[in-house]
Amino acid sequence: MENKDFLVVNRRGFFRSAGVAGVAVAMGTVMTGVPKTAAADINALIAEQVGQGNITMDKVVVDTPDKAENGAMVRIPVVVNHPMEPNNYIEKVAVFVDDNPKPFVASYTFFPESGKVDIEFRLKMAKTSTVRVVAKNNTGALFGFSKKIEVAEGGCSG
Amino acid sequence: MTIGSPKVRVPTTPVKKGEMVNVKTMIQHPMESGLRKDKESGETVPAHFIVSVKAVYNGKPVLDAVWTGAVSKNPYLGFTLRAEKTGPVEVTWKDDKGQEFKASETITVA
Repeated sequence: MENKDFLVVNRRGFFRSAGVAGVAVAMGTVMTGVPKTAAADINALIAEQVGQGNITMDKVVVDTPDKAENGAMVRIPVVVNHPMEPNNYIEKVAVFVDDNPKPFVASYTFFPESGKVDIEFRLKMAKTSTVRVVAKNNTGALFGFSKKIEVAEGGCSG
Repeated sequence: MTIGSPKVRVPTTPVKKGEMVNVKTMIQHPMESGLRKDKESGETVPAHFIVSVKAVYNGKPVLDAVWTGAVSKNPYLGFTLRAEKTGPVEVTWKDDKGQEFKASETITVA
């Protein structure tokens, strides 16, 4: 899959999460109050972190539940199935939550000496949103993962 | 709230050369994003969060993290590295007020 598909997934996720907006679309009315972090802006934020290019939806695995009880502490384990050799390694991983007031959450820079990209941390989600993880290797190739995570109670301070 | 108490955990028993080793780190920090309003006063709580975490093993960087206020409070960070030889894993956290925290543990390679 390429970048275009990445966008499509994003839009779908967005409509699902924005119930009111979804109804507006169904009634054929013009949507208002579209969050600033809709597709185009998220892509700009991703480009800022890892550069532009097609994102292959492969190699990045985030084993997190579909629902988070507490938006203040959502566990994000990230594994990238890619070699970590001197001339062929993952250089950077960036994490985004589309519907947070500030979608860019964290970035992690790796080295061949890292041995493996296998990290875990916890992030805040203001509300139900798509979470995205994008990995860049040393040649600039991009790999991605995205998933909608439902939040029962928002972290309110994302 | 408490700030500090940086902790690094590595395997307590010797590992083999080339083995992937899990490193676990934790620090007490409010991770205030600057976007949250105090429930009682209604005032915005000022930003105060960790902006970077760096891990060095045997003098070589193995992980550099950039964090924002969207990382959870008292942040946990686990990562993996390839054991080469006996030596320390040194982790440094820095927050947006310039405060620095350090912790270190030695990985023993049999």
